[in-house]
Amino acid sequence: MSRAGIGLALALLAAFAAVPTRAQAPFIVVASTTSTQDSGLFGHILPLFKARTGVEVRVVALGTGQALDVGRRGDADVVLVHDTEAELAFIAQGFGIERREVMYNDFILIGPGTDPAGIAGTKDVAATLRRIAERGAPFASRGDRSGTHAAERRLWQRAGIEIDRAKGAWYRETGQGMGPTLNIAAAMPAYTVTDRGTWLGFRNRQDLVVAVEGDRLLFNQYGVMLVNPTRHPHVKHTLGISFMDWLVSPEGQRAIADYKIGGEPLFFSNYAKPAD
Amino acid sequence: MSTDFFAACAAAFRLIVEADAGLIAIVGLSLIVSVAAVLTATAIALPLGAVVALARFRGRHGAIVLLNALMGLPPVVVGLAVYLLLSRAGPLGAFGLLFTPGAMVFAQAILVVPIIAALARQTIADAWLEYEEQLRSLGAPPRLAVWTLLWDTRFSLLTAVLAGFGRAAAEVGAVMIVGGNIDGVTRVMTTAIALETSKGDLPLALGLGLVLVVLVLAVNAAAYSLKQAAHRRFG
Repeated sequence: MSRAGIGLALALLAAFAAVPTRAQAPFIVVASTTSTQDSGLFGHILPLFKARTGVEVRVVALGTGQALDVGRRGDADVVLVHDTEAELAFIAQGFGIERREVMYNDFILIGPGTDPAGIAGTKDVAATLRRIAERGAPFASRGDRSGTHAAERRLWQRAGIEIDRAKGAWYRETGQGMGPTLNIAAAMPAYTVTDRGTWLGFRNRQDLVVAVEGDRLLFNQYGVMLVNPTRHPHVKHTLGISFMDWLVSPEGQRAIADYKIGGEPLFFSNYAKPAD
Repeated sequence: MSTDFFAACAAAFRLIVEADAGLIAIVGLSLIVSVAAVLTATAIALPLGAVVALARFRGRHGAIVLLNALMGLPPVVVGLAVYLLLSRAGPLGAFGLLFTPGAMVFAQAILVVPIIAALARQTIADAWLEYEEQLRSLGAPPRLAVWTLLWDTRFSLLTAVLAGFGRAAAEVGAVMIVGGNIDGVTRVMTTAIALETSKGDLPLALGLGLVLVVLVLAVNAAAYSLKQAAHRRFG
């Protein structure tokens, strides 16, 4: 490239960096999951945090696997996701520090109201999945390495079913987020596993109903971590920690618990101070 | 289904009439990002198109085919490439551009350059056939010849630029990846539509889509009347 070309490219980059953004307040970037955004939780708690600290939180909502990737590359300051196994690996590999468990809700099994697998009234999710597999009832899986996808695969494993063999037949991988997958499940219609928050916020249910809930296996824990500043020096250490501190403070925990849709809470705060 | 469609029309109408502040911010950002991308792309693509049209160099035919093919660049691929470039772990990471409107302008500009350049090249090449003798007999230096051709074909070039704008305003794949659809910072019309679809609010999503179509229509109408006015003025 000629010198003029390089000059032009640099000038363009500088100009792009100067494209105005609405707020010039101090901000952090949080890579999180679609469940926390689509359910409306962030819309509820972030203004409270901003009012308290003046810090803007910019949320990029992805699947858990993708959100962890963004953190791994250093493109976010804080990661808030729901796949304990993957989070602990993220910490062990030195990509994140200071993990805290913030809140939980549960996964639910959703299915057509006509109940093609004949599972109405069951409480045992593993037995239900075996039944779906036996009957070959359509099942829509995220198939996108998200926290919900990981949880769903663990459930099949608990049910003793090699789910990869069923791919393409009655087991369909959408490769998309929770919302699009629910849209697909509603249209097929098919069974699917979703987090309760997204379900409560979801508007296009058509004939879908909750098929199984309340099984201990359906527990869904959310954890928050700071992207390791030793690895990525530009990470906003202090601001990131202040957000994480607020999430687990009495005020933050109350804000999470207070968020309801139609009187139903979506997330339950459960930060436990580590014993020292 | 038809009820959903009418609900969408009603939603679109409500959105426009109520002109809610959040929507205005999203529409505004869509316009700023796409217009900035198209201006940047035009500044690169017109000279590029002219060079490929007029200069005689080895591999020119290859360059023409390449430009034409790149009009079909998949936005999601461009988004991914720009993401890897701008990521903190990438070569341009130090600028901290990822998840900002600047990154979205960058990605859209890359998508739009081949469209404008390829269409401009064809226009200029055709004009050259028509004017070649005249310009040569006047002994016009190459630079002046290029300017004359660009000026004479300006109305056709405007259509090329509008095609580029249509592409930029309509794509979601690239801006979703490099912008991140952050509320109030990088959320534009197309990513907002994707988000509402995710939430299962299909009427609102389609309503936003109708608003976007109206917006693109307005931009094109403005460009058209500008062109008409210029025609009357300069002939």
